[in-house]
Amino acid sequence: MKYREEYRDPAAARRFADEIARIVTRPWAIMEVCGGQTHAIVRYGIDQLLPPEVTLIHGPGCPVCVTPVDYIDKAIEIAATPGTILTSFGDMLRVPGTDTDLLAAKANGADVRVVYSPLDALEIARAHPDREVVFFAVGFETTAPANAMAAYRAKREGVANFSLLVSHVLVPPAMRAILDSPSNRVQGFLAAGHVCTIMGFEEYLPIAARYRVPIVVTGFEPLDILEGVWMCVSQLEQGRAEVENQYARSVKRAGNRPAQEVMREVFRVVRRRWRGIGEIEESGLALADDYHAFDAEHRFGPVGASGEDEGECISGLILCGDKKPPDCPAFGTRCTPEHPLGVTMVSSEGACAAYYRYRGAEVPAAAE
Amino acid sequence: MCLAIPGRVLTVSGDDPLTRTARVDFGGVVKEINLAYTPEAAVDDYVLVHVGFAITVIDADEAEKVFAHLDRIGEIEAELGGR
Repeated sequence: MKYREEYRDPAAARRFADEIARIVTRPWAIMEVCGGQTHAIVRYGIDQLLPPEVTLIHGPGCPVCVTPVDYIDKAIEIAATPGTILTSFGDMLRVPGTDTDLLAAKANGADVRVVYSPLDALEIARAHPDREVVFFAVGFETTAPANAMAAYRAKREGVANFSLLVSHVLVPPAMRAILDSPSNRVQGFLAAGHVCTIMGFEEYLPIAARYRVPIVVTGFEPLDILEGVWMCVSQLEQGRAEVENQYARSVKRAGNRPAQEVMREVFRVVRRRWRGIGEIEESGLALADDYHAFDAEHRFGPVGASGEDEGECISGLILCGDKKPPDCPAFGTRCTPEHPLGVTMVSSEGACAAYYRYRGAEVPAAAE
Repeated sequence: MCLAIPGRVLTVSGDDPLTRTARVDFGGVVKEINLAYTPEAAVDDYVLVHVGFAITVIDADEAEKVFAHLDRIGEIEAELGGR
């Protein structure tokens, strides 16, 4: 497929890795904040291709993983309500709630339907005017315009039986929270290319300036990631802390203006809780006041705030980059994708699932 | 979750900017994709698609730059006597 295969050329990847090894003079820790990049790094062994001085830290780049347990519980409660259809992206079905998950609710007779696009959920609402149809809207900035469009069209077209359970999160506030943490060891970021396709990269300029960290907007294929790492290491070695754009075939400085307009119309910025991390100011999106009628929390009652007990799972430390999956004593033994103890093993983009799938369970922590 | 895949626009249909769609070819698999966020997309353009929406038109000139970068590295290595 054009714009994919050519960015996976092993010989070209090796040349980038050699060039990084040539310029690096001391240890650097670089964080990627996108589960898709984490997945590609582990799948293609990009971390193993890099010189030992460069450590890639996997950040909280998976919206599925950071959705609070109370939202999962609410979705399960809504799904179990007679006369409703709960629609969701497939990734959410196996995320553990307090007692169960959406897949088990579906097996017990709840009408839970996986959709590819939020517009498919809107179509289901149109096809079933006698039922309440709820879309479980999660995601980063990449997904927010699509979910916003479903709400926008529901309002414009008067689809009164459609509503959204919204748990949207924003990337830059999470990067700030990581940099503010006393245990932070991140020295540079690969910013998520598709988040920036929507938002552009101007909001990263003050972060790079204030914290003196290079931020390189980076794509998802192996050559993109290696070029992003090369650009980031170059900046670190030269003492620069700028925002650069590796992924210019997709990302423009100002982002996608029509998408931002619909996001601003439908959503407002709110304080959000991130599973495993805690509350972060202005780090999420909720429906704007004009869309109150389409808020599932308005129709089915507000989401609780029980907090979470993750038991043995260290997903919070994984999501902040403090630990890597093989550091966890349960990894690959008591915790597997078939029997996950926590979210980073459930989601296909979670760091634990990526390590389990591509590295097997036997990776010793010392090898990291 | 932020996965977006590139595909080629085969045809464009509709007048309403919110519901305008394209048939997009992803290496043989063809899907109907919403163009509300890429009003500039035209036939034969490559678009990046996420959950049923085209979120950008891929810039063909910029797409070559990663390879130009590699060529430059090759020249530098030649200049320095290789590795």
